[in-house]
Amino acid sequence: MVQEKFDVIVVGAGPAGLAAAYTMAKGGLKVIVFERGEHPGSKNVMGGVLYRQATEEVFPEFWKEAPLERPVVESNYWLMTKDSVTKYGYRTEEFAGEPYNAFTVFRSKFDRWMGRKVEEAGALVICETVVEDIIKEDGKVVGVKTGRANGDVYADVVVIAEGVNSILTQEALGMQKKYLAWDYLAVAVKEVIALPKGKIEDRFGLEDGQGATIEMIGEATQGMVGTAFIYTNRESISIGVGALMSHLINNKVNPNELLENLKAHPAVKPLIAGGEIKEYLGHMIPEGGYKAMPKLYGNGVLIVGDAAQMVNGIHREGSNLALISGKIAGEVVIKAFEKGDFGSVTLAEYQARLNDTFVIKDLQKYQHSSGYFEEHPELFKLYPHLASIANKEFFTVDSIPKKEKQRIIMRKVFEKRSMRHLAKDLYKLWRVLG
Amino acid sequence: MNLEDKLFLNRYQSDKHSHLRIVDRDACLKCDFKPCTYICPAKVYVWSQEENRILTAYEGCVECGSCRYACPPHVIDWRNPRGGFGIQYKFG
Repeated sequence: MVQEKFDVIVVGAGPAGLAAAYTMAKGGLKVIVFERGEHPGSKNVMGGVLYRQATEEVFPEFWKEAPLERPVVESNYWLMTKDSVTKYGYRTEEFAGEPYNAFTVFRSKFDRWMGRKVEEAGALVICETVVEDIIKEDGKVVGVKTGRANGDVYADVVVIAEGVNSILTQEALGMQKKYLAWDYLAVAVKEVIALPKGKIEDRFGLEDGQGATIEMIGEATQGMVGTAFIYTNRESISIGVGALMSHLINNKVNPNELLENLKAHPAVKPLIAGGEIKEYLGHMIPEGGYKAMPKLYGNGVLIVGDAAQMVNGIHREGSNLALISGKIAGEVVIKAFEKGDFGSVTLAEYQARLNDTFVIKDLQKYQHSSGYFEEHPELFKLYPHLASIANKEFFTVDSIPKKEKQRIIMRKVFEKRSMRHLAKDLYKLWRVLG
Repeated sequence: MNLEDKLFLNRYQSDKHSHLRIVDRDACLKCDFKPCTYICPAKVYVWSQEENRILTAYEGCVECGSCRYACPPHVIDWRNPRGGFGIQYKFG
């Protein structure tokens, strides 16, 4: 095992950790990254949409060399009942070319690429190594204990990028509550289903190499707070679903059964028909948002990415928050080395700088949303039904005069929810999201 | 496709040592609804009537970590598998 002392130890080779490592290595620091998987990415899971702008903040023009699946030109939202879908979407050719907006990716491949970039920048990436504990001296973090023999490694700063299973943050550092509440986490599962390239493009109405996404609420999660998704890859479809742990537990639903239910939906089934399952994945998503965040800095330590609950579930964003938090953490550490001080006062600049970015601004903006949805699941249960009732009436041609039809729609909707109640829902929703 | 067949598609480096441990099995007897038996995406935890205890098929764990939180009495000690062991996602 490496016995020497490093400038910085990074725990975890995901977007947050690798962005930090890349920034610091480029800045001339001696960086070591510990990753528990066989290679960066082999433990990492997300739905599959990577945003260009934030990624480029760390890796300029990454799309020219990184392993990507498809640029996303079309994004859709589906409100689902058992046998119907109300669809909303947006498509533009502008997203089909440079500078691009988003790509579908496989994290096992993309993170591995990021890991190589980090090595090229001069950092050491040590895989198959679990960081089991933190070494502190006089209240300052000074290193980590790895699972390897003689595996203690020392550094002036430790960047914690351990992901959603933030065991070090909770237990070794005591910077986060040990057991987060059930409504602060979602459990998600996903399948990668192989299909021929041409078939994907035909089914989703795509030009050669282009990609589409579908986010689904309602029946997709059996009315629980959560979302499902379908993303197109080069020669496969990623299909997944996640819901709040509290709702899964209280409704006694197994995530795999939720996924099987989704795959059997009449609007979903034809999109994946004939495909061959290649992998089955499970992952937690931090949904607690701003309120669930740990303190982001301490003496000699910074917390980045999922470990710090940096996920904006409303907008399907996480990896971009991770990349930006990692980059800023890296820049703050570089400045700390210029000063030669690694105490919490110096490292507090990380929090200050993050406060000025979309990362904290968005997490603050939506801080009441997860609690609101947890207590008011109407949006996920009732509203897909109301949309279906209204649309079914609207699209049914049956010689009923249109004025009468409008009355029928109103009556049917108000039967389910009074006008006062609807207005209240909308007002509350606007208060939470607006 | 049933869950066992799905898990069979995944690539695992199986460790001889389990990375999850139930630290107080008496707590399971008092646990009413045993969320571990259904929240786990890989159904690692199964209640055995005959043995009157939870059996754990840790080899199929997809490492989401949900069980650690979902267990009401918090008696599941879930740890990251040793370096290089456990699931190795091909796609991720």
